[in-house]
Amino acid sequence: MMNHSQSTGADYNYTIVRQFALTTILWGIVGMAVGVLIAAQLIWPQLNFETPWLTYSRLRPLHTNAVIFAFGTSALFATSYYIVQRTCQTKLFAPKLAAFTFWGWQAIIVSAAITLPMGFTSGKEYAELEWPIDIAITVVWVCYAIVFFGTIIKRTTSHIYVANWFFGAFIITVAVLHIVNSMAVPVSLFKSYSMYSGAVDAMVQWWYGHNAVGFLLTAGFLGMMYYFVPKQAGRPVYSYRLSIVHFWALIALYIWAGPHHLHYTALPDWTQSLGMVMSLILFAPSWGGMINGIMTLSGAWHKLRTDPVLRFLVVSLSFYGMSTFEGPMMAIKTVNALSHYTDWTVGHVHSGALGWVAMVSIGSLYHLIPVLFGHGRMYSTNLVNVHFWLATIGTVLYIVAMWISGVMQGLMWRAVNSDGTLTYSFVESLEASYPFYFVRFIGGLFFLAGMFIMAYNVMRTVKAPKDSLPELTEA
Amino acid sequence: MSNFWNIWIIVPTLLVIFGCVFILIACSKNNTGIDEGKSMGHSFDGIEELNNPLPKWWSYMFYVTIVFGLIYLALYPGLGSYKGLFGWTSSNQSVVSNEDSKAAVEAAKAEDRLSQYDREVAKADAKYKPIFAAYLATPLEELVKDKEALKVGGRLFLQNCSQCHGSDARGSIGFPNLADGNWLYGGELADIKKSIMDGRNGMMPPKGGLPIDDSELKGLTEYVVKLSGREHDAALAAQGQGSYMKGCFACHGMDGSGNKFMGAPNLTDGAWLYGSHRDDIEASIKNGRTGMMPAWKEILGEEKVHVISAYVYSLSNK
Repeated sequence: MMNHSQSTGADYNYTIVRQFALTTILWGIVGMAVGVLIAAQLIWPQLNFETPWLTYSRLRPLHTNAVIFAFGTSALFATSYYIVQRTCQTKLFAPKLAAFTFWGWQAIIVSAAITLPMGFTSGKEYAELEWPIDIAITVVWVCYAIVFFGTIIKRTTSHIYVANWFFGAFIITVAVLHIVNSMAVPVSLFKSYSMYSGAVDAMVQWWYGHNAVGFLLTAGFLGMMYYFVPKQAGRPVYSYRLSIVHFWALIALYIWAGPHHLHYTALPDWTQSLGMVMSLILFAPSWGGMINGIMTLSGAWHKLRTDPVLRFLVVSLSFYGMSTFEGPMMAIKTVNALSHYTDWTVGHVHSGALGWVAMVSIGSLYHLIPVLFGHGRMYSTNLVNVHFWLATIGTVLYIVAMWISGVMQGLMWRAVNSDGTLTYSFVESLEASYPFYFVRFIGGLFFLAGMFIMAYNVMRTVKAPKDSLPELTEA
Repeated sequence: MSNFWNIWIIVPTLLVIFGCVFILIACSKNNTGIDEGKSMGHSFDGIEELNNPLPKWWSYMFYVTIVFGLIYLALYPGLGSYKGLFGWTSSNQSVVSNEDSKAAVEAAKAEDRLSQYDREVAKADAKYKPIFAAYLATPLEELVKDKEALKVGGRLFLQNCSQCHGSDARGSIGFPNLADGNWLYGGELADIKKSIMDGRNGMMPPKGGLPIDDSELKGLTEYVVKLSGREHDAALAAQGQGSYMKGCFACHGMDGSGNKFMGAPNLTDGAWLYGSHRDDIEASIKNGRTGMMPAWKEILGEEKVHVISAYVYSLSNK
């Protein structure tokens, strides 16, 4: 019943949603392709062809920026603009400003794709873009906030739906994080120096870095989850009270977690302790979202047998639960002493990035695309299913490989001989990692292949004649 | 830490933690006026929300992490300048110099409150110092015959020296090859140990600081090529010899064999720290070169330098 998304009839602004939805797929392919290339470079370094702009050092920030800010954030723009209209039962506020956020954001992505390979960087992880682009991001983001909150204000529903709480928290906090972390003194059009120095700079950087994870990659995508999971399952949200507790606890605790990236460094002890404690307490609130999502399926579990879109959403919640258990555990100083600086961290990030962020976005898009283009379903449900398995196998290969190589590296680096000298040199641990780098590369290739299948399926759906793709009725 | 910053840290920390407790308790009870398990009555684009209770196991897990957090903050530093019941610190956080650090360690030892780092160092010293003390007591001439010591030295080399000199000790541009038998500062055991202990600062000023014109560089380069015994243009080299005699010999010697007391390279042995191509040699003469090997005495201690010296010596004296 509730699957008849297009039958509400209100006159929503879908143009901007369509634009962002399609660019999500485009940038997903670009960002992940660069990821697969640099994974290959770690095994075959000659793949940089001795070309400066193809070197790992320049492509790695391009990969992270492309998947987080081009792929992930486009998905958030698309879904938040769609959800805020439908759950507020009103058209988007300031449509011209909304159009500006689309073209502005695309211009920022293109300028990142040009300047990062050229070697322009502010040197801050996940915030490498230089100051003129940082200012452009701020302008577009403020417009995004005006459009989003303007729509909330002119809503025709009495309450604000839980998905919009998460989107709202994500939009406000990312603005604060971006502005504070990017404060810099420009020396030329393409070079600036951070306003902070030493341990303070490191702390600001990771306060930003971890909350890019917490508010963009977690809160934002929980907003997505809170709409598309109940929608696709056709079931009510499991617990309203659980959503209240886990929302407030999540946003209050996440902002403290940054120092766990700087355990055993020049950061003062008290800061490290607070970062660890808050990260641990964050465990239950993180799982609140997973429980609410998965329990929403009660009474609809049988749908998993036939609906690969729902499968994407449920598996993304499982990966979310797994990586939000792993995260607080890795924040414990004793565990961190082993895991820090190893591939375990890389694996952890990708269990969140591929398993949670990408899979919940892909599932949501498979729900969204037919609605946006006036169809009842995707062109091929079988191809959605193939994509599901490619994505799942790819993610598992990736994270298992990184777990093994990460723990192995941690153990090799701390192994000590009877005379107190280290047993292994760094190069030996690198050599031992090669087989796992290869498995990681294969995992990435699986995931990327799935994205190409999605692009084909979406293209056929968009081009399909009207009424040629009716909704499948359950037997 | 001033009082202001103390309050700035402690109050929000406790507010967030106890705020979590408050909202958890508040939502554990059903104050919604709607029966448990029933719909909250609002619908958003067809989505309803049920008034199900918080899962019990989940609430308990939340409480357990909060209790753990509070105990941790009582035992360890975290709440502003409060030191924690264990009095634990990772390191001496306020020291800014080596001397400060040594004084801080002594003071901490006297009061039996060593930082974790210093405790670990003390433990390692107690266990491993005797091994290296025995090595140090062995003269280098004896040590180079001790296979086990050379293995230890090799491991120390891999961890501390290979970054510049390479895993095989064959160096790279600007970093001397330690296995080819050519030595800037002498290849005797004592010379090698001194190089590692105190470091070396090699410096050749542009054009040796001599009144050499850019037009002379090609000839001088050719003369240096001649000194190393390679094929050369005799006429050009003869011109260059005149330039060499303006003063290059002061360091590199009349015959170009160098001077190990100042680390002036031997130009006749075919070993080229900065490249053997004519362009490289010309660049070395024109712009000068600066090489710096850090002193390892303070970083590793004499015992370990002693063992590494034996290993480095063994590379070219099998």
